[in-house]
Amino acid sequence: MAVPTYATPLERIWHYAYLVICGLIFFFLIAPIIVIIPLSFNAEPYFTFTDRMLSFDPEGYSMRWYRSLLTFGMQNPDATGWAFWSDAWQNANWVKAAKNSIIIGVFSTLLATVLGTLAALGLSRPEMPFRRAIMAILISPMIVPLIITATGMFFFYSNPCELLGLVGLPTNCGRLAGTYLGVILAHATLGIPFVIITVTATLVGFDQSLNRAAASLGANPRTTFFRVTMPLILPGVISGALFAFVTSFDEVVAVLFIAGPEQQTIPRQMWNGIREQISPAILAVATLLVIFSIALLTTVELLRRRSERIRGVTPR
Amino acid sequence: MANALDPHAAIATTATGLTDGALRTADGRPLVRALARSQSLARRRAFLLVLPLLAFILITFVVPIGQMLQRSFYNDGFSAHMPQLSQWFADNPRGVEPDDAAWTALATDLQAAAEGRTIGIVGTRINYDVPGTRSLFTSTGRQVRRGLEPPYQAALLDINEDWGSPQLWSAMRNAATPLTGNFYLAAVDRSRADDGSIVQVEERQQVYVMLFMRTFWLSLVITAITFILGFPIAHLLATLPMRKSNLLMILVLLPFWTSLLVRTTSWMVLLQQQGVINDVLVWLGVIGGSQRLQMIYNQTGTIIAMTHILLPFMILPLYSVMRTINPSYVRAARSLGATSWTAFRRVYFPQTLPGLGAGALLVFILAVGYYITPALVGGSSGQLISNMIAMHMTDTLNWSMAAALAALLLGAVLLLYWVYDRMVGIDNLKLG
Repeated sequence: MAVPTYATPLERIWHYAYLVICGLIFFFLIAPIIVIIPLSFNAEPYFTFTDRMLSFDPEGYSMRWYRSLLTFGMQNPDATGWAFWSDAWQNANWVKAAKNSIIIGVFSTLLATVLGTLAALGLSRPEMPFRRAIMAILISPMIVPLIITATGMFFFYSNPCELLGLVGLPTNCGRLAGTYLGVILAHATLGIPFVIITVTATLVGFDQSLNRAAASLGANPRTTFFRVTMPLILPGVISGALFAFVTSFDEVVAVLFIAGPEQQTIPRQMWNGIREQISPAILAVATLLVIFSIALLTTVELLRRRSERIRGVTPR
Repeated sequence: MANALDPHAAIATTATGLTDGALRTADGRPLVRALARSQSLARRRAFLLVLPLLAFILITFVVPIGQMLQRSFYNDGFSAHMPQLSQWFADNPRGVEPDDAAWTALATDLQAAAEGRTIGIVGTRINYDVPGTRSLFTSTGRQVRRGLEPPYQAALLDINEDWGSPQLWSAMRNAATPLTGNFYLAAVDRSRADDGSIVQVEERQQVYVMLFMRTFWLSLVITAITFILGFPIAHLLATLPMRKSNLLMILVLLPFWTSLLVRTTSWMVLLQQQGVINDVLVWLGVIGGSQRLQMIYNQTGTIIAMTHILLPFMILPLYSVMRTINPSYVRAARSLGATSWTAFRRVYFPQTLPGLGAGALLVFILAVGYYITPALVGGSSGQLISNMIAMHMTDTLNWSMAAALAALLLGAVLLLYWVYDRMVGIDNLKLG
């Protein structure tokens, strides 16, 4: 984007001013995320750059907050070698939270991806009845304010069979609140819109005659799906799954309302940390999460390009 | 022949003539019926693919929200545990002074509730309308369990003379029917006076209307700021060559993919009085060391952090619309003598309106329901209606009130969602 040759001097000035403004907005977008990375290596318990940090004195930087992440909750943080790591694996609060987040994230993603992909396949067929209304319902978990969703789930998950009483069935069948299953179901619900959106977007460019070609060559519907459709939409499915995983991995409101103390996840631990006594250890977690999201973003971007290449769709 | 020139009509007529009235498939069935059959089969197949997910969403999402909203107009906390007094209220219209029968009903119900340990539930229900009455019920309950002698009016007034208060009796009458609109009245800062008329609550208790206004106002401000910041960025990305714009796009997508709590935390760190921004300002000499700005735990903090979080939702739809705008229109306008400003205002900007509408609606919908960021950086002046719902859920335990507020908020959001679907179409929602 260069200045056209017929531009007046005023327009040239405006053009450069515009570029500067854009630069400032990009700075606004990215700076808050980048700035916490050096701050997490602060040797002092402050949230700003100390003089020693600014003069690049190695003394001003330390790994103490990363160490405190590991030792928080450990029984014997002074142990060395194998004993230290096994203690950290079993008792450290953040490690436990990470394990919970991963378990809940993986299972809710699997559920959301399988159900969401099937539904997206149905929704992309031209003969699907009530397409618009059903699509609106399936996307709504993304639109309805989280606090309303969480409140509804709070009541429902404490006694999921309450409504069976209306048809005369027993109304007591245990609780979903405070169980892993409950949190997994809740997170699957919240992740489904993302799977639907990405997979239907992939199917828009999908050439239906490929399916017909497979069928005419003697493949049954199952073979057609796994050998023809699936490989082509796989990049879309995987990015949908990554979206669902991130949603679960970052979700705190539903967890606050329906999870028990056993299901402590990373966002909930962060939430508690921020509300009670914010310490630079939170910045260490934040830095690790930023690195994690950079990795995810790279994966999604590569998948998108691959999907465009194999489907022969030119980039937007 | 109405349509003699239409070749299809001619062929159809010939075909009909050949096969006694109807087209048939190879195996001899009428084509119309075969087609209808195969179409309904295809419809059913498509629907069966969607059915598992639809059932899942209905059970884990739609039904729970419906169940929760039911609490906003149905609360049997009083009527279920005070049956006799509720019956008396049903038999006697408003304005009848409580007579002996009423006092007897009250005493019997109180005794039964105290024995059944449900008096707390009853007290909690009345406490919503008349603050401070829960302890009246529980303490009276402790005493009536030891026994109560008629005349009950004197006996109860002896325990606590608040039992004679007309306000209390009015509140009990309101609670005597499980179906009630009182929580919605409360949600718009109205209440029922002792004579049943609807009045505005005292000025110092008027919080909800103000909170709704603040929520909508702040959401509007945030939408406007995201537009002002998002427009130049989207324009730059859309006009740069693909390779460069893909690179810069990462700067937009990285915040989008970063955890919400991480972004909120970093704003807390930056905006603190001892934080980076204040330090820089002091170092530059813009402000003195003693006049550090309070930029967090107030509305400013909420606006800054939420703008940052929602900005990608404005940029992405704007960008995808701007990519499709043909640059030769603007060039044509310039060649016809328009200044660059006129060309932008009359030719370029109107073409970006679909993207602008999509982005603005999405940002506004998400902002109206925001909870986490205001809760962490909002202080008291930056709280939104979601935070009030959460407070009623976890602190005051007035679940019916929370449900009524949630119903109003949900109504507004669904209305906007419907507009979004009409204007933009949900299918056009894009995520990067």
